[in-house]
Amino acid sequence: MIRLERRPQPSTFWTWLTPLLAVALTVVFGGVLFAMLGKDPLVAIRTIFFDPLFSQFASFYRPQLLVKGAPLVLIAIGLSFGFRAGVWNIGAEGQYIIGALCGAAVALALYPMEARWLIFPLMILFGALGGLGWAMIPGLLKVRFGTNEILVSLMLVYVAEQLLAAMALGPLRNPEGMGFPGSRNLTQYDSATSWIDRAGGMHWGVITAFLAVILAYVVMSRHILGFQIRLAGQSPRAAAFSGVNPGGLVLICLGTSGALAGLAGMFEVSGPAGQVSIDFNVGYGFTAIIVAFLGRLHPVGILLAGGLMALTYIGGEIAQSQLQLPAAAIQLFQGMLLFFLLAVDVLTHFRVRLRHREVA
Amino acid sequence: MFGSIDPSLLVASLMVAATPILLAAIGELVVERAGVLNLGVEGMMITGAVCGFIVAINTGSPYVGFAGAAAGAALLALVFAALTQWLLSNQVATGLALTLFGLGLSSLLGQSYVGMRAPSLPRVDFGVLSEIPFLGRVLFGHDPMVYVSLLIVAGVWAFLRYTRGGLVLRAVGENHAAAHALGYNVVAIRFAAIAFGGACAGLGGAYLSLVRVPQWTEGMTAGAGWIALAIVVFASWRPWRLLLGAYLFGGVTVLQLNLQASGVAIPVEYLSMSPYVVTILVLVVMSAGRAPGSLGKTFHAST
Repeated sequence: MIRLERRPQPSTFWTWLTPLLAVALTVVFGGVLFAMLGKDPLVAIRTIFFDPLFSQFASFYRPQLLVKGAPLVLIAIGLSFGFRAGVWNIGAEGQYIIGALCGAAVALALYPMEARWLIFPLMILFGALGGLGWAMIPGLLKVRFGTNEILVSLMLVYVAEQLLAAMALGPLRNPEGMGFPGSRNLTQYDSATSWIDRAGGMHWGVITAFLAVILAYVVMSRHILGFQIRLAGQSPRAAAFSGVNPGGLVLICLGTSGALAGLAGMFEVSGPAGQVSIDFNVGYGFTAIIVAFLGRLHPVGILLAGGLMALTYIGGEIAQSQLQLPAAAIQLFQGMLLFFLLAVDVLTHFRVRLRHREVA
Repeated sequence: MFGSIDPSLLVASLMVAATPILLAAIGELVVERAGVLNLGVEGMMITGAVCGFIVAINTGSPYVGFAGAAAGAALLALVFAALTQWLLSNQVATGLALTLFGLGLSSLLGQSYVGMRAPSLPRVDFGVLSEIPFLGRVLFGHDPMVYVSLLIVAGVWAFLRYTRGGLVLRAVGENHAAAHALGYNVVAIRFAAIAFGGACAGLGGAYLSLVRVPQWTEGMTAGAGWIALAIVVFASWRPWRLLLGAYLFGGVTVLQLNLQASGVAIPVEYLSMSPYVVTILVLVVMSAGRAPGSLGKTFHAST
């Protein structure tokens, strides 16, 4: 019979191999899925994973990799702090929305003033504060009342979505928009746009995402806070004895992820999305959870995982237009990836033994 | 403002509004009493919603549809069971994966069913009883699933309280190591609980797509599964308090819908967010209950 034997230490070899194994399994089973949908599996997989990078139109798709990857990486880096410490912020989508609303509100309030040195930094500040504030709701409730942060942060996503709709239809609506819902286009407002090079897919969110990766790496491996986070995740009791303040850690983890998600939303609304609209949020906050796990909660891993996930988004869009592959198939594909990732993770912590049970 | 709302109709419609959440929550209650935290209720509900809808459309019978919904969602729950019980994966992460996967799966399965209308579920005929003023409409004017949900709540209560099986299930949830040492098969019991939870969530989802809406639209559960999870906490893991919580929540939903319809000067969006805000408030007030001892912990027998 098959028996699992706990390893004394998680295997480093499998720690890095399991994500690749999960991707491979997902590609195989994704192929089966595409075949069941009546598409040639090899063509579908080539369209999703290779065409965005190597086809003749790749120069058009490659910048998209930065555009889609930046918010995913930025949010996932923040989430990885909490996930490591056992603090589950599931509401990044809501913090992303509120960050975007706050950032956009600042810009729209100051429109049409021309002062990029003032307006853009203010937007960054308010975007981060918006996300941070929204994440502090589950944080403070958990610290003060012991409320479950998973449920509260998630409920706040639905609240944020309604708030977004209210803002797009009400206070932030474009006064010159003929009554259509949605705000002014921030990309046409030079003091507020996050674009640096639109054709190259370069905006300030991309730069911030790279900075966040470096900073997170330093904090996680060199700073006492990183040590405390890892300690709290592995053994809350040991952490308490070594003087870690559990409440403070909850607030730091939720605050960091909230601020980064808010920033991601702010850069998105003033760049790729361009305006506050009802359908502004497209689920980056949830996909970032997959990215964080796929990257093994490690900053460099998250960077790579964000790139891969961005690839499936772009490839998915190409497959949608060229092969008429339904959009939901890509969503399913991403969900499947997380399943396989969690399934093969058993190899990191356990040895698989094929042995008959011995009689004691 | 409230004058135009008939109280018996209000109570009757809050029961209908609460039923999907009640069904999902009672399933999750059993799962959590067995010591497993399945955060995938939303994913199982929406899978149940789409499975139930497809089966009902193709067979023309809503009853077969409900059976299909329960089976489909239970099957999805078994994926969660296999991952968390055999492959010992983290329950929080796996539950989230279940939700993300379920949302994708349901919109893929349901894409050719958008806009169709489900075969309707007739009310149960109680004859003269439904003619009784007020009580007749409230107690004897519903479709069968409302009564089924109440029966399940009563059944779960009786099972947990009076049967040997219920005692074993609670033992597994309180201390899986001790239950294992007594010779109970922790993994098998949890598998059964998780499958039951999935089936209930599926029924709840199908109630949305077959009775309450009754249509299939993508993402139609809109957080109902998460609210069900919150109600389990609110109820301190007790069946009758769960019923109270679900009907309370149904009341808030119906009230805000009535306010929307009556054209109060509050924007619709603020009224629509009220159920979620109320859920948060309720969680804050009611987080004093004691959770089952082994809730969310991975069980691995070393020998």
